[in-house]
Amino acid sequence: MAASTFQETTSTATAGSGRNLVVVDNLVMHFPLTQGIIFQRQVGAVRAVDGISFFVEKGETLGLVGESGCGKSTTGRALLQLYEPTGGSVRFDGTELTTLKGESLRKMRRRMQMIFQDPYASLNPRMTVGDIIGEPIEVHHLAAGRKKQDRVQELLKVVGLNPYFTNRYPHEFSGGQRQRIGVARALAVEPDFIVCDEPISALDVSIRAQIVNLLEELQGKFNLTYLFIAHDLSVVRHISDRVAVMYLGKIVELADRKELYDHPLHPYTQALLSAVPIPDPKIEAKRRRIILTGDVPSPVNPPSGCRFHTRCWKAQKICSEVDPEFIEHSARHWAACHFPG
Amino acid sequence: MATITASQQRALDMNVITRKQRSLWMDAADRLRRNKAAMAGLFVILGFALVAIFADLRVGPLHIQLAPYDPTCYFYLNGHTACGGDVVGARSGPPTANPFWGANADPRFLLGTDQIGRDILSRLMFSARISMVIGFVPVVLYFLIGGTIGLAAGYYGGWIDNLLMRFTDIVYAFPDLLLLIIIMATIRNTWIGDIMGGLFLMFIALSIVNWVGMARLVRGQVLSLREKEFVEAARSIGAGPVRIMTRHLLPNSLAPVIVSMAFSVPLAIFAEASLSFLGIGIKPPTPSWGVMINEGFVVFTGTPSMVLLPAACIALVMLAFTFLGDGLRDALDPRMKL
Repeated sequence: MAASTFQETTSTATAGSGRNLVVVDNLVMHFPLTQGIIFQRQVGAVRAVDGISFFVEKGETLGLVGESGCGKSTTGRALLQLYEPTGGSVRFDGTELTTLKGESLRKMRRRMQMIFQDPYASLNPRMTVGDIIGEPIEVHHLAAGRKKQDRVQELLKVVGLNPYFTNRYPHEFSGGQRQRIGVARALAVEPDFIVCDEPISALDVSIRAQIVNLLEELQGKFNLTYLFIAHDLSVVRHISDRVAVMYLGKIVELADRKELYDHPLHPYTQALLSAVPIPDPKIEAKRRRIILTGDVPSPVNPPSGCRFHTRCWKAQKICSEVDPEFIEHSARHWAACHFPG
Repeated sequence: MATITASQQRALDMNVITRKQRSLWMDAADRLRRNKAAMAGLFVILGFALVAIFADLRVGPLHIQLAPYDPTCYFYLNGHTACGGDVVGARSGPPTANPFWGANADPRFLLGTDQIGRDILSRLMFSARISMVIGFVPVVLYFLIGGTIGLAAGYYGGWIDNLLMRFTDIVYAFPDLLLLIIIMATIRNTWIGDIMGGLFLMFIALSIVNWVGMARLVRGQVLSLREKEFVEAARSIGAGPVRIMTRHLLPNSLAPVIVSMAFSVPLAIFAEASLSFLGIGIKPPTPSWGVMINEGFVVFTGTPSMVLLPAACIALVMLAFTFLGDGLRDALDPRMKL
């Protein structure tokens, strides 16, 4: 089949129907490294996200995986304009976010929320649960007084907590309960889109499933769209409709869940998938693992050409010279590799 | 078989609900209450504060006067009294009455009088007013000035931070006491120095010198808090800068600020006493412990109590505040080092 670049596909997709809630085009997020005491000059940049493009369809869950430091969380934050992106565009339901400022951006925040990784750090220890969940309601003037109280109690019920917990403080709760409070806070403004930034990584294994199930249940109930950031491939496989794989600030592969797990095209994806343990001792014993050598290169000074070539067993001369394009190899299956498959 | 009625169930629920609604502040208060030295310090401070308030209190028809006499009244040996004014020339002579353990004690004056016949006990009590006010008011001013500057610098960062902090560094570079002396010595004799017997100028001078530490402390706190996820969460909700600063950053940076304020109080009291001793602080005849030491200094060999009594008051208050500060530090954050 004829390979088309990602930009062509997404532009026709957005022009046609309004199926895409979020369209990210060539998003770049560099953090400057500066020197000097009074007059600071830039001596380099951490290229955390270096030109990525993807879209999130209404009502779906897009999983975003990759190892630590590859720019997953930065992508989520830059998407929500918590960081000011260095370049590229983020369109949310047709509105360009990167040029929004002040009040109009604040209004848009009502429609997109975030669930944070660490439930111990993401709740203000000096505020009661009622104040924490009530804050977004207050900020956006959605309700006040008794109505606000009722809404907070309703939200607590929705996330499976006792509605009378409003006067308590975060330190009186367990990790799982705290994460539920974080979910309730995100839901308070009735958003369309939620970035889940590794919402279960910091939790005890025994309660991870509860939170994942809660997120899935809420998605059905409130018609939510998720960007689910994680490094646990089995969880992503469970919750996602489509999966994007990141390596060193780039998306290397993007496909429907089944397609990606059954026919990974990019060597990095193949290596990642081969590392997932299989809960069957017989198959596990026969499993062929691809062991990558070396470390992830520094995002301050990424390798030339394909960023993965320093660790890739398929690498040829071209890989270190030409950055492979992000190409649709089969229907809805994009990969950036010179030697896919 | 006993069944639980709806009201009983409600009572049970309420019990579960009201069992524990504890903020971190309440926990800290509990820890402070268990600290004996801090509580002793607190009681000493409260004692001095009560004496200061009730030394001479008039509220409408109510008149409570703890101090036996007006601190500016002279009681002459011939039975005459005169009030107000500063009799500089009379300072060199011996006191007209000794304290109760002395040779020529006068039962009317428990701790004796000074060399021009003013009641020492009354003067000590009125001095407590000056010390309490000088302890608390400037510290609140440090917090308002330093806190605002530190918050703004820490939150906004960039050139705002650079500008504010370089200015702070410049003020910080001056030696504290020298700057205080310069300000007091130059402005004391203008009309500003006459407001509230020199107290107002004292507030201003102390604030100019000491807001710097608070600004640096708050900025440091804000810098570390700014990167916390709950602040990011507030931004993602759509909270504005003012809300983030007042609802999230300030309450979480308050613990070390309170400790720092508790330690600043005795330093301010001490600074007032030092300047008054040097004769460039509170204007006589308004009594202050520093002024009293200054006046008693010339007759120290003959009547050491005139110096030792106010000195003991200063030492006691400073010690009490230091104990309280230590207790607050332990109570608010056991890991914190100051």
